[in-house]
Amino acid sequence: MTLEKEQKKNNLQKVFEVIKTMASKPSGLIGLSILLFHVILAITSPLYVPYDYKAIDPSLMLQAPSSEYWFGTDSLGRDVFTRTILGGRTALTVTFFGSLIALLWGGALGIFCGLVGGKIDDVVMRIIDAFLSIPWILAMLLIVSLLGTTTLVLIPALGFFYGKGIVRVARAATHDVIAKDFIVSARARGHSNLSIIWNEILPNVRDAIMVEGAMRWSWMLLGFSSLSFLGFGVSPPTPDWGLMISNARGLMSFAYWAVLAPIFGLSSLIIGINLTADAFAKALGIDRSTKAPV
Amino acid sequence: MDSAVQTINNLTIGFTSQKGKQISILKNISTTIKKGETVGIVGESGSGKSTLALAMMGYVKHGLYTISGECLFHSNNLLEMKNKDLENIRGRKIAMIPQNAGQSLTPNLKIGYQIDEALKLHTDLKKEERDKKISELLNKVRLPSPEIMAQRYPHELSGGQQQRVAVAMALAGNPELLLLDEPTTGLDVTTQAHVLELLNFIAKDTGTSMVYVSHDLGAIAQVSDRVIVMYSGEIVLDGPVRSILKNPIHPYTFGLLKSIPKLTSPGLPDSMSGSQPQPGTIKTGCSFYERCNLAEDKCKNNSPTLEYIDDLNTSVRCFKYKELINVKEANLDTVKSINNDVLQNEILDISKVSISYAKQKFIDQLLNKIDDSNPTVQDINININKGETLALVGESGSGKSTILKSIAGLLKTKDGMIKFDKDKVLSNDLKMRDPGFLRAIQLIFQNPDESLNPNHTVEEIVSQPLRLYFGLKGDELKQKIIEVLEKVRLGEFYLTRYPRQLSGGEKQRVAVARAFAAKPDIILCDEVTSALDVSVQAAVLNLLQELKEDFGTTYIFVSHDLAVVRAISDRVAVLYQGRLCEIGPSKNVYQLPSHPYTEVLLGAVLEPDPDVKPKLVAEDIVEEKPPEKGCSFQGRCPRILGDICKNEVPPWQIGENGNSIRCHIKVEDLKKQQNIN
Repeated sequence: MTLEKEQKKNNLQKVFEVIKTMASKPSGLIGLSILLFHVILAITSPLYVPYDYKAIDPSLMLQAPSSEYWFGTDSLGRDVFTRTILGGRTALTVTFFGSLIALLWGGALGIFCGLVGGKIDDVVMRIIDAFLSIPWILAMLLIVSLLGTTTLVLIPALGFFYGKGIVRVARAATHDVIAKDFIVSARARGHSNLSIIWNEILPNVRDAIMVEGAMRWSWMLLGFSSLSFLGFGVSPPTPDWGLMISNARGLMSFAYWAVLAPIFGLSSLIIGINLTADAFAKALGIDRSTKAPV
Repeated sequence: MDSAVQTINNLTIGFTSQKGKQISILKNISTTIKKGETVGIVGESGSGKSTLALAMMGYVKHGLYTISGECLFHSNNLLEMKNKDLENIRGRKIAMIPQNAGQSLTPNLKIGYQIDEALKLHTDLKKEERDKKISELLNKVRLPSPEIMAQRYPHELSGGQQQRVAVAMALAGNPELLLLDEPTTGLDVTTQAHVLELLNFIAKDTGTSMVYVSHDLGAIAQVSDRVIVMYSGEIVLDGPVRSILKNPIHPYTFGLLKSIPKLTSPGLPDSMSGSQPQPGTIKTGCSFYERCNLAEDKCKNNSPTLEYIDDLNTSVRCFKYKELINVKEANLDTVKSINNDVLQNEILDISKVSISYAKQKFIDQLLNKIDDSNPTVQDINININKGETLALVGESGSGKSTILKSIAGLLKTKDGMIKFDKDKVLSNDLKMRDPGFLRAIQLIFQNPDESLNPNHTVEEIVSQPLRLYFGLKGDELKQKIIEVLEKVRLGEFYLTRYPRQLSGGEKQRVAVARAFAAKPDIILCDEVTSALDVSVQAAVLNLLQELKEDFGTTYIFVSHDLAVVRAISDRVAVLYQGRLCEIGPSKNVYQLPSHPYTEVLLGAVLEPDPDVKPKLVAEDIVEEKPPEKGCSFQGRCPRILGDICKNEVPPWQIGENGNSIRCHIKVEDLKKQQNIN
């Protein structure tokens, strides 16, 4: 067997091992199950939704939960159950790819700054600091109102704003390993910077960055739902939890079901991601209470 | 003298493994510490010596628990006492001096305040009395001007001074028993000798019993009355220091003593094969069976008990000790003398090299010049021949590692030139260096835990230079990796292992393999054995020597350990504060007359022999910076002449034995002075 093949097999084994460790604790198992449930729901829900999500029927306005309409109906007479199980699709897709972008650019820039240090590092980090001081929601509103609310705008914009924190984490993790003798050794051998990043630094900071990325995912989900709530995320009639909460919140006192269902969907997903990220960190041997700055 | 301070009976401490098995770290330890006695506990890492020392304070590390036995202080079992009662004993009756005093002192409190805290806790003295006591204590540990010292913060003291403060704090409660956990490890040679001398004085002066835990037989020999040798959680030998170190009747101690390089018998020491078994792996038989030369079938299946031998006043855990009783010390020194083919063929020429750590000013940076009249390393001239082992020796801050880094291209030189293979100038900038030169010079580091990437397998680690320099791929690469690993006596079996799955010696072998994979001409060894256990150190030294004989590699070997340097080097350069003091063939440098600094260093070496006491000629001051002018050693020189040493850089003289000495004192005068003393 060649080196590369063995490597691949090893990596696959490692992933399985990590998942097994995560599932061995109750909190990890619960988190993973919730997350998996949401992902499966998001992929398969269009196949079995009982009603059309955009079918408006004024005669069915604000019906209480019944055997026919499990979660009741909203102010336009749409089935809340249908809209709730469909409501996570956009949020999950946008935030998943958004976190991926955040992870990539934040991780890459952080490692680069940690490695080169000096003036370049100073300048880049001050720019990041400056961006950190701008309230992200204001900046997002500006971008969205200039470029529109399509997913192609939302994904990179959210990815950019949630990547700033990852830059700091990646840079700090790089600083931890940069002074170690194996980096000095690689330098003395004459490896290029790129090769040092890829072979020596990345395997040692990857875990910290991935855990941070997982945490950012749940925050981004909350952020995205806030945008929807404000009317800048998903445009109606596409079902979305943030939007559903926003629409039904005025009627909360007598039609609580229309708010409760999307709230339950959103919070369970966030809790699921958080528990998974925590279990993930523990399985990798990173104690979030001491290591990753939150 | 005979009343027991502490009695340990059948103490077994262990933990429960993940599979629910009970695994012992200490097995059936029984011993007695008498009043006024100093007991040395020796063992390699993992032998359980620190666990035993902590148990003597009634402390068991988190995760471990007492399985059976007791630890009696007078007549109280410390291991069953409540925390509140223990508080009254710890510090007052039993005090501990930790390994790294720098880390055990609170960094933002003054020394005096910290000692005062200990006094408040452990005595009933009033404020004025305590103030007096602080000066008294600081005086006792021989710190200069106690009143000023008490106002200092820990970082303002040197390592040796910090250790003295730790001793003073431990003495604050007038303890009956003092536990010392490797108190001199990590200190410079001369400082170490001074601290040990102080401990000896305190033991005599106060009549305190001491337990001295160390891996260093040299230090143990200087302080102990009685020595306990531990192996794999068991006491294997227990007896008076002379009988243990001069006529060890346990094969492990015998091997251990043989594997220590000594100044008196130059050459490579014998190494012991194998390593200490992991806790829980040995089920039946003697734990030393696998590494023992005398082992027979009986040892495999039956565990020997600790047997007391009346004549020698010694207890030993071995069936075959009788075979060792008559082996006298002469046989201990079976060393291989090294014999290198040194070609009179210059491979590296370091001429007039100066290195500065000073920060460049902006304009200087633009002009690419360094403005520092007093650089860290100055005026180094050394020629290194092909196939030679040159050692750079000195205490911390002597610039030995700095020179190594600049040869490797990791540090820029301020002045001077480094030429490779006669006429090829090595560029100052690593990026500008020819890849061929980079391949030709490889580094091996002190601590393999740091020098091996923890997330790479052994295969990936060794493949780095092979891919970079030779572009090997696939099966060819794998073949070559296995070949290199076999050279350092690690088999194919190790390919998929991660560094954390290897022992210290195995890790360092992987580091050696990685360096040799590049087929280098020169290998720079930076304290390569100082993080290793004694028996492993001997094995690595022997391995390096064998590889050198096979490949004709040149070594530049940096170390603070003069005995190790004596064992492996052809030539020695002695450095102080970044300036050369003496250079010459090693057998000549190690003979007087020599430079006063070499004399100080040689005098402070601790031999594992209670009858060879260190000669302390100079104070163990630590100087922050080299002096502006004159001789670099003027601040500590015991033979200083006067103004000439302070103002003029001393000239090079050819010594009697062919070594070059840089000193104002004429060689004949040095000879007279050093022979008289």
